[in-house]
Amino acid sequence: MSLVLTLASRNLFHDRLRFVATMVGIVFSVVLVMVQMGLFLGFGRMVTTMIDHASADLWILPKGAKCFEDPSLIDVKLRDRVATMDGVSSAVPLVIGFSDWRLESGELTPVFIVGADLRDGSLQPFNVVDGNVQALTQGANVAVDRSYFDRLGISGVGSTAEIRGRKVRVVAVTDGIRSFATTPYVFVDLKNARNYTGTPRDRASSVLVRLKSDADREKALSEIRAQAGDAEVLTSDDFRSRSRSFWLFGTGAGAALFAGALLGVIVGTVIVAQTLYSSTKDHLNEFATLRAMGSSNGYIYTVIIYQALINAVIGFAIAAGIGSIVVQMTAKSALPIVVTPWLMAALFALTVVMCVASGIGAIIRVVRIDPATVFMR
Amino acid sequence: MNDYVVEANAVEKTLGRGAGEVHALRGIDLSLRPGELTLLMGPSGSGKTTLLLVLGCMLTPTSGSVTVCGTSISNADKEALAKIRREHVGFVFQSYHLFPTLTATQNVQLALDIRGEHGKRAAQKSREALAMVGLEQKMDSLPGGLSGGEQQRVAIARALVANPSVVLADEPTGALDGNNGQSIMRILADTAHGRERAVLVVTHDPRVIPYADRIIEIEDGLIVQERPGETDRPRMPKAVPFRA
Repeated sequence: MSLVLTLASRNLFHDRLRFVATMVGIVFSVVLVMVQMGLFLGFGRMVTTMIDHASADLWILPKGAKCFEDPSLIDVKLRDRVATMDGVSSAVPLVIGFSDWRLESGELTPVFIVGADLRDGSLQPFNVVDGNVQALTQGANVAVDRSYFDRLGISGVGSTAEIRGRKVRVVAVTDGIRSFATTPYVFVDLKNARNYTGTPRDRASSVLVRLKSDADREKALSEIRAQAGDAEVLTSDDFRSRSRSFWLFGTGAGAALFAGALLGVIVGTVIVAQTLYSSTKDHLNEFATLRAMGSSNGYIYTVIIYQALINAVIGFAIAAGIGSIVVQMTAKSALPIVVTPWLMAALFALTVVMCVASGIGAIIRVVRIDPATVFMR
Repeated sequence: MNDYVVEANAVEKTLGRGAGEVHALRGIDLSLRPGELTLLMGPSGSGKTTLLLVLGCMLTPTSGSVTVCGTSISNADKEALAKIRREHVGFVFQSYHLFPTLTATQNVQLALDIRGEHGKRAAQKSREALAMVGLEQKMDSLPGGLSGGEQQRVAIARALVANPSVVLADEPTGALDGNNGQSIMRILADTAHGRERAVLVVTHDPRVIPYADRIIEIEDGLIVQERPGETDRPRMPKAVPFRA
């Protein structure tokens, strides 16, 4: 280990209480930022989960639709016009909307109906762990997520309940399809979706379009837009981006998460700056001695920067450990915290920047050292 | 070219401003030669520490000139002064100023580290410097585990390890008992005579006089007397004329 690193580490570990206080500050800060940003990512994924799992290249939507759950409707005849256009493989109407689920106990709970024609280019239940999705086309059958069994008063495939006074039977069970709004998604076929949501036969929430593999995408998009009239045509990426933007920023949820993360950064920076400054002040005599011996300012800055980096590495390692526990604990929750490798890398970079920036106060103090003071003591 | 490593000519130094202004040095002429141990003596407030700071490139003179190994310090900025100290000057402080969290070897090695000498070679040189001052058995000790005399010997090893041309010692025996003080002065005298370094010792301690080749007395910022020391070594010619 280089001597400057040795000196930096000994300076830090010499006062264990202060070192512990520094670690608490860094860990608190990093875990807070990790949780906030993990929630941001988790929320961002959750609000687009249906778009992500739909087999569609283009979405025909009511003009100005902000998200998948937008209740506006379009004329379903548009689907017939689009389906016959060059380059289009399939065009499938989708009907969504809120409805009432009556448990066997008689209690009512709101559900969110997702109904599509179960053909190619559609939105089918995914992550199926039990039952048969094709059975949705046969009668009043539904697919639900097992995380909502208690809420819906069911126990699995074969359970029954009522939606809008119509008896339904569970034929398929999924895992991990959770709604950020906590209203359970219920997958049904298109016809039943109209009944459960009260959507007229000539209307649909959207039309999911799949293009042929050899189609000129830009040309097809432009031609479909020309036919769309009052509707709007978005690529899946555009719709995903718009939906995420609406829920995260239109509602203020994302701003609140970012504000929490910013608070974490500020708290961490202040705590580390304070402890680094007081550590430097305690070692001023040593820094003055170094200066008297002829060390450059750069050498002394290196000692302080190394102290900051040691803080960052140890603090981040502890925070990452705590963060991984938090991630595991929330994995099955309504809003899981998602920590990606990129987020971890960004957090590490943020920790380093935070700790090094915290050293500026200490560096400013050291710059003013008069080496002659060592002769006065 | 002369053989002086430090030359001060007509050096004046004013400290403070306005009503608090103090003329700490009032026209000092002084030269330090390799192979000579010079004592700088004088009462408190006489200007000897200020002179040490000027000769040690920690202060620049208000007027007059100081050159260290041929480099003038008059217009040097802080970093340039630090570079001159790093390359040419070794310091020994009264309070040792060792780093309490580093071992004796690491303390000595710091003097090489700031000069860009790292690794095993630097560690080896540091151990050799400690052996030279008789601390073979204490190389891995922390300063807290060393006596005052041993700490001062570590400080001397630190001052010498990079082979500076001049060693400036501020009251090196001030905090030591008689035996340890003599031991430290013997090392400093050996440094001057055996290693051909210029050594300047600022002191109040009359017990160190027998180790001096030259004694300079200063009062009120002026050199009031310069005389040969009491060693039995052959005298070198006077560096500067007596200035009253």
